[in-house]
Amino acid sequence: MTLYARRKQIYPQLVSGRFRTIKWAVLAATLGVYYLLPFLRWDRGPDAPDQAVLADFAGGRFYIFGLEIWPQEVFYITGLLILAAVGLFLVTALFGRVWCGYLCPQTIWTDLFIVVERLFEGDRNARIRRDKAPWSFDKVWRKIAKHAVWLLVSFLTGGAFILYWHDARDLTQTYFSGHAPMTAYVFAALLTATTYALAGTMREQLCTYMCPWPRIQAALVDRNTVAVTYRSDRGEPRGAHKKGESWVGRGDCIDCKQCVVVCPMGIDIRNGPQLECIQCSLCIDACNAVMKKVGRPKGLIAYDTDDNVVRRSMKQRPAPFQPFRSRTVLYAVVFALTGGLMAFGLATRSDLDLSVSKDRALPYLELASGDVRNVYTIKVANKQRAVRDLALKVEGIVGAQIEIVGESDAAAPGHITPAPDGVDRYRLLVTVPAASLGATSAPISILLFDGGRPAASATTQFQGPEH
Amino acid sequence: MTDPSPEIDSHSGVETTGQEWDGIKELNNPLPRWWLFIFWASILVAVAYWILMPAWPALPGFQGNTTGILGQSDRVRVAADMSVLKAGRTALSARLTATDAASVLSDHELSQQVMALGDSAFGDNCATCHGAGGGGASGYPRLADDIWLWGGALQDIERTIRYGIRAEHADTRTSEMPAFGRDAFLTATQIDDLVQFVISASGRKADAGAVVRARPVFEQNCASCHGFDAHGDRSKGAPNLTDGEWLYGGDPGAIRRTIVGPRNGVMPAWGGRLDPATVRALAIYVHSLGGGE
Repeated sequence: MTLYARRKQIYPQLVSGRFRTIKWAVLAATLGVYYLLPFLRWDRGPDAPDQAVLADFAGGRFYIFGLEIWPQEVFYITGLLILAAVGLFLVTALFGRVWCGYLCPQTIWTDLFIVVERLFEGDRNARIRRDKAPWSFDKVWRKIAKHAVWLLVSFLTGGAFILYWHDARDLTQTYFSGHAPMTAYVFAALLTATTYALAGTMREQLCTYMCPWPRIQAALVDRNTVAVTYRSDRGEPRGAHKKGESWVGRGDCIDCKQCVVVCPMGIDIRNGPQLECIQCSLCIDACNAVMKKVGRPKGLIAYDTDDNVVRRSMKQRPAPFQPFRSRTVLYAVVFALTGGLMAFGLATRSDLDLSVSKDRALPYLELASGDVRNVYTIKVANKQRAVRDLALKVEGIVGAQIEIVGESDAAAPGHITPAPDGVDRYRLLVTVPAASLGATSAPISILLFDGGRPAASATTQFQGPEH
Repeated sequence: MTDPSPEIDSHSGVETTGQEWDGIKELNNPLPRWWLFIFWASILVAVAYWILMPAWPALPGFQGNTTGILGQSDRVRVAADMSVLKAGRTALSARLTATDAASVLSDHELSQQVMALGDSAFGDNCATCHGAGGGGASGYPRLADDIWLWGGALQDIERTIRYGIRAEHADTRTSEMPAFGRDAFLTATQIDDLVQFVISASGRKADAGAVVRARPVFEQNCASCHGFDAHGDRSKGAPNLTDGEWLYGGDPGAIRRTIVGPRNGVMPAWGGRLDPATVRALAIYVHSLGGGE
């Protein structure tokens, strides 16, 4: 076994068929969303950005259409990551490496880069021939043009990425006049470089050597997982086939190697399941076309389970697909629970947060009058885009007097008016007659009312002298 | 090592390093090209960094480190950042100093800014002695309660912060308690009696005979500042001796030490160190700690 394999250049051949069509559609849809989403507008009023999807780091907000995520709600992003991970587990347990084959950015951009490559250098055979040929003007300009367009696509990729972090219309103007923030240039350059390197030159090496996902997926699939499979029971013994020859006593595989030449990973699917295989199913398209030509049924390479491969080799009937297995049910339940919790959280999400912290420097203060005072710092996060008039009340101890520092509107004592879309801080002085303090420490509630209706509340302790 | 023809591993066809450890030979596989590329690129980046940025200390011809042709300097950058910060605060500072301390709080925007500014300025400048949140410590008055040596109204607090106490400023608050013991104004017996008197004044059990003996001594020596009823005098910063709150401790030994040789603690005049807006914000913040008047 060698530790280091010199890379063999792969020249995937263009194939057409059902799965190639699906993959073109997925490519168009995902790239379309990626490049155009930053330009989608969403009206949030005059004081807020009108970009539908925007991670506004400077302003500390994450906008997704009608949703505004505050920094303290970043757990929603964590939930989204959990959903993505468990969703990936579920899909992989059911259908194998669908993510790798159809949706992974590495696959999408590699596909896009091969389209460019094909445009300038032709399909597989032309590319091989030209690469072997000595340098000529024809070869040089085609290579230069290819790399130039690759760089352009890479720049658009990196450029679109930064639009998610800053107003897209503003940034597309300031970027080229040199007035955009330094981070915009750095990240655009970084993403341009990685896109060019990963999709242009590294390609399948990323999946084989760098990506951890192929290793993890080996633990996620089982013998009932549907995956791109060569049906060796039907294909073997393989061999060349002349028109009119009998198919008796031999397999359907005519060893035409079409499955190999279309493979973007440069492997032979007939060797069985392999770490390198991203299950893009282009070999299915290639083989189906050949089978049609030689007059044999389709599906020599098809989506199938390991279990069925074994059954067929033992001359048993293939089993129907089993979507309900312990692991898929477990993944689905975790997915539904996480999704449900997030949906519940979002549905009951309050636009007013109240947090109270008791001053600890002095647990309590005995005033000259004998009353006992506790001081709290309260923070009110007003997530509405309007000033709110809130009444603050303290419950739990009879005769508690309050004084709010940071808002002493004589006209409306006990009222606070937190500014729109921000966090305001107040100091709350609660004074209690010594007589009504039964124990050393008593729980109190701090309540906010908006137009008479309870809007937010928090509980804390009121401390007094030891008896 | 001196073997001119490298040994080729028969299994893999790759040449070996020619070394052998416990029967194990290492294949001399080439490094991946991309790895090698990154390796050389990192070296180039390092060299470029030396030229562009401050990098080498104490090279001949330089005072200190090399400065790099980009002229990047963290000191300059911090100074620029600070001046930007200052410029951004000018409007707030101007409004804050123009507004009467008592009416700052009825301006919502101003009061919010003051809360934040006061909190951070207190942490930076005051908490070292007065404790986080103004909890106080022995010799450093507690600011979170309603006992004030020099007054607890907004303007009193602001004046104390600006000019300090026994500080080097013409308008500073001054008053000194004499060293009754050290300078031999009183005898040891008189001081012992006074200790009992002060203990009894704060409502604790004391030697009744000593209290009676001490009364004329107190009225003659102490009452001019602490008052005949021992309630103190804020205009002189003389503490109230009856409230059970002690700056340097209330046990007989501590009281005795104070009478023998008082500390007369000093608070710096912050007016020279902090701008007027910060002093005002601090006054409002300290006032809000719990016992402002």
